[in-house]
Amino acid sequence: MAATAESVAQVEEIRKYKHGWETDIEMETAPKGLSEDTIRFISAKKEEPDWMLGWRLKAYRHWLTMEEPTWAMVDYPTIDFQDIYYYAAPKTTEGPKSLDEVDPELLRTYEKLGIPLKEQEVLAGVQGAPKVAVDAVFDSVSVATTFKKELESHGVIFCPISEALKEHPELVRKYLGTVVPYTDNFYATLNSAVFSDGSFVYIPPGVRCPMELSTYFRMNAKESGQFERTLVIADEGSYVSYLEGCTAPMRDENQLHAAVVELITMDDAEIKYSTVQNWYPGDENGKGGIYNFVTKRGACRGDNSKIRWTQVETGSAITWKYPSCILQGDNSVGDFYSVAIANNAQQADTGTKMIHLGKGTRSRIISKGISAGKAQNTYRGLVRMGPKALNGRNFTQCDSLLIGDRCGAHTIPYIESKNRTAKVEHEATTSRISEDQMFYCRQRGIGEEDAVALIVNGFCKEVLQELPMEFAVEAQKLVGISLEGSVG
Amino acid sequence: MPDLIPISSPGAAPADWLAGWRTGPAATASETPEWLQSARSAAAGNFERMGLPSRRVEDWRYTSLASLAEQNLDWSPPSVDVTRESLPALVFGREADCRLVLVNGEVRPNLSSIPNLGDGVVLTSLSNALGEDDDRVLRFLRQRLAEDGSSLKILNDSWLLDGYVLIVPDDTTIDMPIEILSVGTGGVRPPAYQPRNLVIAGRRSHVTIVEYHIGLCIGSYFANIVTDIDVGPEAIVRHCKVQDESKEAIHLALYSARLDSSAQLDSFSFTLGSRISRNELRVRLEGLGAYCRLNGAYLVRENQHCDHTSVVSHASPETSSDQLYKGVLDGQASGVYQGKVVVHADAQKVEAHQMSRALLLSETSEVSTKPELKIHADDVQCSHGATAGELDAEALFYLRSRGIPEIRARQLLVEAFLNEAIDAVALAGMRLPLEQNVVRWMAERSGP
Repeated sequence: MAATAESVAQVEEIRKYKHGWETDIEMETAPKGLSEDTIRFISAKKEEPDWMLGWRLKAYRHWLTMEEPTWAMVDYPTIDFQDIYYYAAPKTTEGPKSLDEVDPELLRTYEKLGIPLKEQEVLAGVQGAPKVAVDAVFDSVSVATTFKKELESHGVIFCPISEALKEHPELVRKYLGTVVPYTDNFYATLNSAVFSDGSFVYIPPGVRCPMELSTYFRMNAKESGQFERTLVIADEGSYVSYLEGCTAPMRDENQLHAAVVELITMDDAEIKYSTVQNWYPGDENGKGGIYNFVTKRGACRGDNSKIRWTQVETGSAITWKYPSCILQGDNSVGDFYSVAIANNAQQADTGTKMIHLGKGTRSRIISKGISAGKAQNTYRGLVRMGPKALNGRNFTQCDSLLIGDRCGAHTIPYIESKNRTAKVEHEATTSRISEDQMFYCRQRGIGEEDAVALIVNGFCKEVLQELPMEFAVEAQKLVGISLEGSVG
Repeated sequence: MPDLIPISSPGAAPADWLAGWRTGPAATASETPEWLQSARSAAAGNFERMGLPSRRVEDWRYTSLASLAEQNLDWSPPSVDVTRESLPALVFGREADCRLVLVNGEVRPNLSSIPNLGDGVVLTSLSNALGEDDDRVLRFLRQRLAEDGSSLKILNDSWLLDGYVLIVPDDTTIDMPIEILSVGTGGVRPPAYQPRNLVIAGRRSHVTIVEYHIGLCIGSYFANIVTDIDVGPEAIVRHCKVQDESKEAIHLALYSARLDSSAQLDSFSFTLGSRISRNELRVRLEGLGAYCRLNGAYLVRENQHCDHTSVVSHASPETSSDQLYKGVLDGQASGVYQGKVVVHADAQKVEAHQMSRALLLSETSEVSTKPELKIHADDVQCSHGATAGELDAEALFYLRSRGIPEIRARQLLVEAFLNEAIDAVALAGMRLPLEQNVVRWMAERSGP
């Protein structure tokens, strides 16, 4: 994009949402709207096996019988599901064989995102710097996956799910939809019908994944929806840390993002799943922005297995997301650490579900919600101790911070205990930044905005420190940026 | 701010209930003023449309009324002959100076003893107050009838016939506690009754109400009670409710209160009885500096189900609320606490705290808790906490290591657990009898 006088104004805009550019590349899209033909088109494009198409169509037919949920504390105009492109892909005839074949415009996109997509860049980095394998999803397709060879030598499968469908169909078929069935909820069912790509991870027994796995999602094409599907399986005794990041260009109209993430851990396995969500939140008046309706669920199938969700939610006009854990295995552990920041006209309704089924299962929920401007931020969570959850244990803490007198913070926890030996504790507070804290910072010469960022970072510290180190720094900056303009 | 949301329930209105209404006195009484008759009819129509709340209705998620719908209820039960002697003279060991008695929702002057409570104080039956065209009662009642509510409130509207009315004029303090004894009796078919009670406390007035709900039978009956409370500026209303209905009874009580500036409402509910019970408090803090304290303790066992629901709306700045509910569950009993605190926009300097604790004594008991905060102002301090679990093993060990037998140790711990809530009862004379009930309840337990 040529630098003209007009772009000065744009630079000013980008200061507010720094990922607000779009990339001009040729896109191939499915016809607008949703029908069985669209689904057949997507499935054919992906050269999927017949059972996959059958599954998608079953989901679609079920979706037609469902109603859009209205229970969340979010307010938005009705979505016209026929006015969305369900498939948008950068126009390359074949999937890229190597990075050289990837559209250079796209690579520049990722450079702007700061993704260390090119392996050599990472390798040329500081000695001993942690390696991160990246799967980049651009609109609906995965465009490049790095470090595949090194991962393969450990037996780790990390690839786009469309590729996994071709190369490891038996694995995908065995696990897909077993945690989030296609009948689960309105958006998950929609996703089951139209998902186009996403990441697939399989860690074989006893393997500790040698590096962080990461996916970057970027929504680019106009009026398109992004429906990615992620499936992570940690077999017995394995470990993986997985991170996803999301950005989108600034547009006036709203874009729909309805993803599904399924995690499965076998005996003694552990998955650490971290999200830094920074979709475009819309402007100050709530124009534009992403509708982020995501279903994320993990099943601790094996004994002593562990799933940890960490999320930093700063973007999206609307966030509707409840990463959950089904603690089936005895002594399995589920953790949920969340920071949700809603500024301006953003609305966030997020939380978790911890379903304790096995003996000695434990869960911990730490949720920090921050509302500023006219934003509404809701924590909604469920902790359920089943009759067999002998000695189950849950601790929940959800704190809300209010910045400004026009925003709202809501807490709606459901706590159900059917086992007397289970111990459930829940505590929640809501307050604003105290004048004492502000005064203390201001008196030491810290500007008002910096002081707020400092205090908020302190408020979120418990969660931020759960992120992989290299992303924790980024998340801290994001917290600061998200709250710019919320005081004074 | 939609806080007291009208609850639309997709459930069906049982046909025999509607038939019961059409042939009952609420539809057929001849001397009823026209406005009241049309209000009842409108409510009956609304109830027909709304039906009984099913568990798909968020507010009734944890309490099922399916068994109620199946009962062959008697909507116009014959007047039961209750004598003064058959009433427990000493309810909870206390002789009452002032007592108003209701039998199956109908005020019985012959069983009541009401002394002169002071100039302008009114303690009477609703039917009486309506007959005398008391302007305060009519104005208040019309206003409340116009309000939306759950289908059970609407059902009560449609049956509005009797209940008690208490009016305390401005600057009046009533020293003696006003005792309301509500008696349920069985019948060939389980009687259904729906008293509508009104409490109006004037500016700077003080009053204490003690409500007993007891059953004079072992059978089933259905009480759907609505009490509207209006607390004037700087007035203080203390309310203590003891619910010890028959083991098969279904007791649904709604207390709907509005508080003016610097007004105080202190409510305590003690639950022992009923097969299914719900104590629902809806409090609007409308005046600057209003305060409410809602506490409760419950002991349930066998197949009892006990629900405490509260909605506190902080509609004005500098209002505050405190809630503490503690429950002990045994057998296959289930307990529910749903508390919602709503802070309206511009209601700054609000303080609101909620706490719910439940103790599960048996393998098969269960508890569900939903403490909600909805906050639209920023200068607030709100918190809630909830716990559920069994008796602390270490505390039990401590007592046993000092030679206290296990059964006694458990009793001591349960008593101590509930006393935290009972200690907050404003009426000092009530604490000891309540504590004695806890002791007795624990002593009746068979197993450890």
